[in-house]
Amino acid sequence: MSLPAIEARRPIAPRMATGSVSLPWLIALALFALLWLAPVPKWIDVYPKAWEIPAARWISTAMKWLVNEATFGLFTFTEFTRFLASIIEAPYRLAMSLLATGFLSGQGSSAVQVAPPLSWIAVIGIVALMGHAAGGRALALLAAACFAFILVFGQWQSAMATLASVLVAVPIGVAGGMLLGIAAYRHPRFERALTPVLDVMQTVPAFAYLVPILFLFGFGPTAAILATVIYALPPMARITALALRQVAPEIRDLGRMVGATRRQMTWRVLVPSARDSLMVGVNQVIMLSLNMVIIASMIGAGGLGFDVLAALRRLDIGAGLEAGLAIVALAVALDRLSQAFAQRDFAAARAGASWPARYPHAAAAAALVAATYLLGFVLPAIRTWPEAWEISTGAFLSDVVKWININFFDTFEAVKNAILLNLLIPFKRLLGDLPWLGVTGLIAVAGWRLGGVRLMATVAILSFLIAATGQWEKAMVTVYLCGISVLFAALIGIPIGILAAENDRVWRAVSLIIDTLQTLPSFVYLMPVVMLFRVGDFSAMIAVVAYAVVPAIRYTVLGLTRVDPRVIEAGRAMGATRGQILSRIRLKLALPEILLGINQTIMFALSMLVITALVGTRDLGQEVYIALTKADTGRGLVAGLAVAAIAIVADRLISAGAARTRARLGLADTGGPAS
Amino acid sequence: MTAKLSCRHVWKLFGEGAKAFLADTPSPDAAALSARNLVGAVRDVNLDVADGEIFVIMGLSGSGKSTLVRCLSRLIEPTAGEILFNGENLLAADEKRMIEIRRHRMGMVFQHFALLPHLSVLDNVAFPLSIQGKDRAGREARAREMIDLVGLTGREAFFPRQLSGGQQQRVGIARSLAVEPELWFLDEPFSALDPLIRREMQDEFVRLQSKLKKTIVFITHDFDEAIRLADRIAIMKDGEIVQTGTPEDLVLNPATDYVREFTRDVAKAKVVSVGSLMKPGDASGRPPVAATARISEAARLFDGGETLAVVDATGTPVGRLERRDVADLMLRG
Ligand SMILES: Nc1ncnc2c1ncn2[C@@H]1O[C@H](COP(=O)(O)OP(=O)(O)O)[C@@H](O)[C@H]1O
Ligand SMILES: [Mg+2]
Repeated sequence: MSLPAIEARRPIAPRMATGSVSLPWLIALALFALLWLAPVPKWIDVYPKAWEIPAARWISTAMKWLVNEATFGLFTFTEFTRFLASIIEAPYRLAMSLLATGFLSGQGSSAVQVAPPLSWIAVIGIVALMGHAAGGRALALLAAACFAFILVFGQWQSAMATLASVLVAVPIGVAGGMLLGIAAYRHPRFERALTPVLDVMQTVPAFAYLVPILFLFGFGPTAAILATVIYALPPMARITALALRQVAPEIRDLGRMVGATRRQMTWRVLVPSARDSLMVGVNQVIMLSLNMVIIASMIGAGGLGFDVLAALRRLDIGAGLEAGLAIVALAVALDRLSQAFAQRDFAAARAGASWPARYPHAAAAAALVAATYLLGFVLPAIRTWPEAWEISTGAFLSDVVKWININFFDTFEAVKNAILLNLLIPFKRLLGDLPWLGVTGLIAVAGWRLGGVRLMATVAILSFLIAATGQWEKAMVTVYLCGISVLFAALIGIPIGILAAENDRVWRAVSLIIDTLQTLPSFVYLMPVVMLFRVGDFSAMIAVVAYAVVPAIRYTVLGLTRVDPRVIEAGRAMGATRGQILSRIRLKLALPEILLGINQTIMFALSMLVITALVGTRDLGQEVYIALTKADTGRGLVAGLAVAAIAIVADRLISAGAARTRARLGLADTGGPAS
Repeated sequence: MTAKLSCRHVWKLFGEGAKAFLADTPSPDAAALSARNLVGAVRDVNLDVADGEIFVIMGLSGSGKSTLVRCLSRLIEPTAGEILFNGENLLAADEKRMIEIRRHRMGMVFQHFALLPHLSVLDNVAFPLSIQGKDRAGREARAREMIDLVGLTGREAFFPRQLSGGQQQRVGIARSLAVEPELWFLDEPFSALDPLIRREMQDEFVRLQSKLKKTIVFITHDFDEAIRLADRIAIMKDGEIVQTGTPEDLVLNPATDYVREFTRDVAKAKVVSVGSLMKPGDASGRPPVAATARISEAARLFDGGETLAVVDATGTPVGRLERRDVADLMLRG
């Protein structure tokens, strides 16, 4: 970990500018108050319907034109989408046949199975062998236990369908992301065009692009996998470009000195040298794919996501929890396996030895597949786990939840109502009251003070567009839910981060918990919340806080541990107490990182918020969700882009603020944590 | 003495508009450069490296050594100047020609080894040949030879991270020699190693060169290392070459105070040859000593007497060496 450089002349405990509000701010605030409280024309308060940009209609019309008329000369747009679909469909069918349905001959209900899917023994054996190859016996046990859990609790079929989607989406996402990243690395002009596209792809909530994909590809696994690839690919592209850039200059010189051509340089020097970072990207793609496959069950991915969704709709807590736990098991297994492969030392295969001796794990897997296939003819239980052996905890879990609700209903209700009445509802009213013009102006002033004219223009235009496309009211609900959730996440996360930075033992426990929280697909967070608090804003808030607290903790710890030990030494030498060192020195110096942590918390909150539309919020997320159920592309995209606009405004303002704070504290620009 | 590699008036300036600036101002001084926010990493360098010679470029960190050696191999484009390799102007060569020259005629050893982490020792050493498209059997045979040459036999299947620093640099050396280069660049090859290992690697390097007789450009910031290895040394300061000469030249006739500062702590008896200290005259009957021998070797031969008879390679007497002169030199440091 590099420490920020400190100059000799910098005061030991840097003074922050005292909280004086500068003149431009005073004027802006006064004007804002005037717009808000004084009787002003209605158009200042609420953006008039008549002036709205009919963006949703334009987009829908454009989509129709794409599907019905667009042509690239040689082929039409529809033919192009069919071609894309077929690329995805063939491997998906293969993966499904292998893992879930078996190989069928014939169509529909008259189809006959020609060959069974892999036996559960073979699948569990293969993941155990992979675990052993990558990380030894402990990992083999963990991977096998996760899959056995899925099997025993009767989630096998659904889990295998989800796994099949992931298995198809991940290679496409990795390859596509890598090619884009390499192109960006090689051609700076391409990178300049790509970066904003990736920014938008990563801030538009996943729900929003489910809509056009649904429109173009119809309901089904192909559309779901395509959405998954779009969702999982941007980080891979970024990581690839970054990883290639970080290859030591000497290695690049080596490539040129041995006379490598450009292609050899890329594929034989740079890519292999960047392997460690690239594997981190692969792990990300896997985890994001899993997350998205679950969300994409709304457009026909099937599998575990569909089970959770169906259970949520029926409010069948037991069934939902079972499927949710299976998702967790799958996520943990895939995460640990891919991380272990990323860190594994690749030993050279022993040349000369026979094939099985060179690749013992692959040989054992092949033997296992063959043996279970043959034994399956004799013992059907080997082929499919008999239903009689399944344990269903659904009823039990439902009973537990019922018991909790009976015994604690009043307590939960009281807490929920108190917070709703005293905090959520007043805050929601307040935000709903604010005039759109005043808010836009205030945002513009903030942009100007923090980052100059360019930033001012960016944030003002985005804010204006939210109003002009008729999204203002719903956007304020999103801001309110997001704001409250971020507030709670910060109030919980920053103190935990401070404790963890002070005490190693606490940090080890906390990091285990937040690592696990981060592997969970966002869907999973909804289950316990709905179980305890039913639907509504409060439930949404709890789920968002649970999901978004992780970056608040992580960045606080990072910021505090990065403070130069010499500064702390000096503070101690001057006789400062532990508390003084923390509050006067460490927290102040860690402020930029904490700000970035809040920024990340907002991003996490926004992405989760959209998903909480399932538990009945009334914000932009709900708008997207409704559009999705109606396959209304324009409506969904406009609402989705409004969420992206909120995210970008918050991100740009806070990043500029963090950079200013850092400059004022005289700290070097250090960036965020690696993960 | 034919020059294998020469460079004429080579400049490398870092910064905006360097090329245009140098075209307008052919010989800018340090003040003119800093006024334009340019870094003069290499300034008007001229040198000739003879066939089979070890040419050492010595200078403190930041003096422009790496930049110069990267200009010589054209890893970076000089801002101005001419680089001649076997009489061919490298700066006029196109991409294809450069690939050709680098594949077959040049080798480079890097300060931090630059080994490929995903390849075994054998594959690392064979890597340049594999880039050339040589078949597996051929390149592995050659790689094994090189591994043997640097004394790493038995570690072919190891990965770089399983080796010590010294061993890693042996791999780097073996790899750079795999293509049988005519011209061998080494950019501070031993600087990242512990002093004891460094010493051992220097001896190893001398042994290798006595066998291979390559033309070598060797970069170092360590004057002792330069003295030990060099046929000739060029001293660099702020991008310029201050003096070029044999170690003995530098020690006996430093051109500037800057050079004198380096030579002050050198054990002169180990550098100066008998030939440069001898006087004309006859000393027949006294023990003979070769004119090319170092003073430190001659000192042991006096055997109580006051003079030695200096002889040339054929044994013909050419002069006499006085004990007093030797003592003087050794007392000077
Ligand atoms: N790519 C570059 N851009 C700007 N300045 C550079 C660059 N590379 C080297 N320099 C500068 O050129 C000078 C010489 O550097 P270098 O050749 O690496 O020195 P040495 O190898 O002798 O330590 C230094 O002042 C260094 O900061
Ligand atoms: Mg250097």
